[in-house]
Amino acid sequence: MADIALAATPASETAVEMIGVNKWFGEFHVLRDVNLSVKRGERIVICGPSGSGKSTTIRCINRLEEHQKGKIIVDGIELTNDLKRIDEVRREVGMVFQHFNLFPHLTILENCTLAPIWVRKMPKKEAEEVAMHFLTRVKIPEQANKYPGQLSGGQQQRVAIARSLCMRPKIMLFDEPTSALDPEMVKEVLDTMVGLAEEGMTMICVTHEMGFARQVANRVIFMDQGQIVEQNEPEEFFSNPKHERTKLFLGQILH
Amino acid sequence: MSRIETDTVFVRRDFLEPEAPPPSLGGVPGWVRKNLFSSPFNIAVSLAMLLLLAWALPPLFRWLFVDAVWTGTNREACLPKNGETVGACWAFVNAKLAQFTFGSYPADQRWRPSLAMIVFFLGLAWVAIPKMPRRREGVWLMLTAFPVLTFWLLYGGLGLPIVETSNWGGLLVTLVVAVTGIVASLPLGILLALGRRSKLPFIKIVSVVFIEVWRGVPLITVLFMASVMLPLFLPNGVNFDKLLRALIGVALFTGAYMAETIRGGLQAIPKGQYEGAASLGLSYWHSMRLIILPQALKIVIPGIVNSFISLFKDTSLVMIIGLYDLLGSIQRNFSDANWSTPSIAPTGLIFAAAVFWVFCFSMSRYSMYMERKLNTGRKR
Ligand SMILES: Nc1ncnc2c1ncn2[C@@H]1O[C@H](COP(=O)(O)OP(=O)(O)OP(=O)(O)O)[C@@H](O)[C@H]1O
Ligand SMILES: [Mg+2]
Repeated sequence: MADIALAATPASETAVEMIGVNKWFGEFHVLRDVNLSVKRGERIVICGPSGSGKSTTIRCINRLEEHQKGKIIVDGIELTNDLKRIDEVRREVGMVFQHFNLFPHLTILENCTLAPIWVRKMPKKEAEEVAMHFLTRVKIPEQANKYPGQLSGGQQQRVAIARSLCMRPKIMLFDEPTSALDPEMVKEVLDTMVGLAEEGMTMICVTHEMGFARQVANRVIFMDQGQIVEQNEPEEFFSNPKHERTKLFLGQILH
Repeated sequence: MSRIETDTVFVRRDFLEPEAPPPSLGGVPGWVRKNLFSSPFNIAVSLAMLLLLAWALPPLFRWLFVDAVWTGTNREACLPKNGETVGACWAFVNAKLAQFTFGSYPADQRWRPSLAMIVFFLGLAWVAIPKMPRRREGVWLMLTAFPVLTFWLLYGGLGLPIVETSNWGGLLVTLVVAVTGIVASLPLGILLALGRRSKLPFIKIVSVVFIEVWRGVPLITVLFMASVMLPLFLPNGVNFDKLLRALIGVALFTGAYMAETIRGGLQAIPKGQYEGAASLGLSYWHSMRLIILPQALKIVIPGIVNSFISLFKDTSLVMIIGLYDLLGSIQRNFSDANWSTPSIAPTGLIFAAAVFWVFCFSMSRYSMYMERKLNTGRKR
């Protein structure tokens, strides 16, 4: 079971590269010339007002949204219309959603083993071992045979994280993983994420949990109106924001 | 000040024990009072219905059972004698039961459809009852080996004398048409529903046109065209079995309806499920098969079974192309001079209705049972 540990990869390599990415929803220009380079092992937090394009940005990274201009290279693979490459990227990129998106008709264990079995062609028994390993890591191995509907929000979100980890992704994307949770459950999910960060996982998180950003992020990115307005190390970002809009935004969420 | 405090602050000292509900809520008398006699209007309606039942039921019961003729070999048995009234002529049904079941299938070969039906019902029990072992294998056998076996048994060849489909009839034809229609229409409906939601324009257009054409045409027209018009387009001498044509027509027709039912289920699945599946790297077919369809089909079980039930009853329409299903075989015997009495038509029709009802009601109950079963454990 030694190979279950998440591979720590050299920090020099680039995990995600977005170059001049533009995207439109119909007439609406959601992403405007987004440039972002994420190294392996780096933890990025993206924040910004509602509708600023944070979700769209990270959803472009695993092609849940299609960009129309610019280049996105993930783990050395450029995202194009080639379905095979998209599936290749999705195998290496885990995603955790605001509303968990667990499969309600499958047990927790089945949720976790499904992709390893069908995508990675892992034998069922091995997939179950891997799943139990990660369920233990997110501290809910005892729920393995329940259905998602029987778990609390915080537990469901931890299952969602475990489900992604079972594919042993190189990169994890989080889209507001705690904003649908009751306040008392936020911490258990954030703790899980901190644990992941400490193991060196490459993470891109959209979140407004500024404590989390301070604790684990290498870089905080502020987006507004589909553009990256400011990025900096968390300390500098929070104590000394440069742009007027960043100051306004931080003023709103920190008080 | 202290007065106000004692008014707003409250701490419970004594706890109440649970009590039995008031008598009017529980038991049969409670139910009757609550549902039948709760208001003057309700009382009036209930009494009116009771009177109606009292007026209608006893004569019906007399006709069906008390005055009914149970034995006999020809019309004499069911003719009114010395002024007595005569009820249902069950002797007729009894004498014709083999014809109602097999049509004009040769009498010495009737063991073949009988065997096929027995295997069918046993196989159905195997795959439909959740506690049965190896149900997956059962489904595969029922979908592969069973049709081959049944075709051989019913049609013949390889040592069995051939029985042309024009001799098949009765319940046998009803079951052949309904079961083929049901089994073929479900996968066809799934493919059409997925096709209609496809991003590929060609597949989408083909699916939409197919669905809308078949849905827009009455089944009678489909069957009529299959039997009357198709031969006009086929080269001379090429003859395609009439029953086979009806089967194809019914399967495509039901498939189109099924597609719309299933599409409704697909639309009810939240976008997050598709995204969750995609984000794990599952291919389109894997996510459909493992994530989307199991949930979508569960939602539309009532609609699917509804289609099955209408299909089962619509099999009677094959009469218009000269095939005789259960109802057709029964009707055909009304003109049998040996049995012609006033009571055979109502008796035969009631018998047909009862048989159809048993099949359709079983499907309905089974679907309700499945819905309940699939819901357990998923709910909070
Ligand atoms: N599928 C879509 N079709 C059309 N417009 C969309 C679609 N998805 C998002 N948008 C629009 O794009 C803009 C950016 O959306 P996005 O979800 O990326 O914002 P966000 O920064 O994640 O906001 P929030 O904090 O509310 O989640 C919004 O104005 C939104 O209305
Ligand atoms: Mg968002």
